[in-house]
Amino acid sequence: MSGLPGGRGMSGLITAEHLSVRLEGQAILTDVSLSVQPGEIVTILGPNGSGKSTLLRSLLGIVPAASGRVTRRAGLVIGYVPQRLAIDRTLPMTVRRFLSLPRRVADRDAAAALARVGVPEVAGRQMADLSGGQFQRVLLARALLARPQLLILDEPTQGLDQPGEAAFYRLIEDVRRETGVAVLMVSHDLHVVMAASDRVICLNGHICCEGTPRVVSSAPEYRALFGLGTQGALALYQHVHDHSHDAGEGHAHHHHHDHGHDHDHHPA
Amino acid sequence: MRITTITTTGMTMITTLLDDFLIRAALAGVGLSLATGPLGSFVVWRRMAYFGDATAHAAILGVALALAFDLPVTFGTLVVALAMAVTVATLAARGWAMDTTLGVLAHSALAFGLVAVSFVPGARTDLSAWLFGDILAVSRADLAYVWGGAAVVLALLAWRWQALLTTTLNEDLAHASGLDPARERLILTVALAVVVAVAIKVVGALLIAALLIIPAAAARGLSRTPERMAVLATLLGAGAALAGLQLSLWQDTPAGPSIIAAAAILFALSAMFGRVRRG
Repeated sequence: MSGLPGGRGMSGLITAEHLSVRLEGQAILTDVSLSVQPGEIVTILGPNGSGKSTLLRSLLGIVPAASGRVTRRAGLVIGYVPQRLAIDRTLPMTVRRFLSLPRRVADRDAAAALARVGVPEVAGRQMADLSGGQFQRVLLARALLARPQLLILDEPTQGLDQPGEAAFYRLIEDVRRETGVAVLMVSHDLHVVMAASDRVICLNGHICCEGTPRVVSSAPEYRALFGLGTQGALALYQHVHDHSHDAGEGHAHHHHHDHGHDHDHHPA
Repeated sequence: MRITTITTTGMTMITTLLDDFLIRAALAGVGLSLATGPLGSFVVWRRMAYFGDATAHAAILGVALALAFDLPVTFGTLVVALAMAVTVATLAARGWAMDTTLGVLAHSALAFGLVAVSFVPGARTDLSAWLFGDILAVSRADLAYVWGGAAVVLALLAWRWQALLTTTLNEDLAHASGLDPARERLILTVALAVVVAVAIKVVGALLIAALLIIPAAAARGLSRTPERMAVLATLLGAGAALAGLQLSLWQDTPAGPSIIAAAAILFALSAMFGRVRRG
């Protein structure tokens, strides 16, 4: 338990150190430490109720820490894409207007952002009339307009079909390549998201395992969390980065002696 | 009744006097709409309708307390409405079941207010004015309160407009943008209390929430952006105030209900027009 996972400590854009979060008396997160480096894509995987969204909300400062702390690099600009955004039918809101919240942006920038995420035609449409895929892309466009160093995405492909999901993650990778933005995202689906990640963190109230997608997918903790049936499918999504990591470095292994590996009995 | 007293002072003066109190009443209605249009839009967007009711009903208690302690009525209603609005907002933040909580608070406040008023000598006879409004009896001081209150509310909303809209859309999104959703909620709470305090004379405690909601709801079908909806709600609210005023003058109907009835007709027209336009 020495040092931080991801290793490089203070150079991170955002860092959680021994973070614990309690909501209504229940421990949601216990002793979570992680750090996101510039330009890196980190995916947090975990079953429903594992505290993924709470972790993101805690990193954003929405949910207070019960112990431990979150530090952000000074002046860090975060672009946030929430899990769901239910726009009330009573609130008229065009896509163009939405992009100017809370900071007004020039028409030219708004059009460029929409074009970048592949929906240049929707500027005049009502947000409530967009399809699921268009909606997520507009949320991403709005997040990008703040020129963030870090994008935080909470299950950004919920409600998209498989091709839509794959296209969305490709878009995230393209944006990262072009702008160098770091990405921290959450998912409960393993397949498509793995391919786009540099590093995967398995969460179930605490960090169970962490490493490159390939190393994590073969970790026993990961199999205990998600079952063994997914192995075959994961083989399809091997990541190009995998070969470059030594065995010891790629897989930061967390031994929680109080929990052991008894994940099946972890309270939901 | 008012008109009969006036007739004794001679025909020439009638028109000027009529003009005067009518102009005051019209100005009060229009001034109030400047605040209720944009604020009412937020009440609709954030589904705060019942919240508005609770705050407005509490104002009756404020009236009773102000009269009992010989304080300005606007001050009394402002303080009690603010206390109620803050209580409701706090309970909501703590996760109380809002439907039930507001049901309890809104009606209890009204009941306690009515009971309290009955102890105040003289206030009993004016009760219907507090409940249903008495826009034709608006004084110059009342007018100053209405316009002052409307100016305060408009300034608050204009100052925080972008932040309020972002918070209304999604509180996490607002938080991630560096805003404090709790602060924005508090601003709406204060604005609501101010509107209640100055509106009670015009439409009465029972119908303040209706003046917030109905023009905004009527504007929704005709709007593509939040700003347009707020402006349209203001115009429709002002139109309803003037129409209701006419009705009240001609038929001696209670002013508050007349204004709300006019707003409801505008809403029905907007709903029909919106439907036709959508095909």
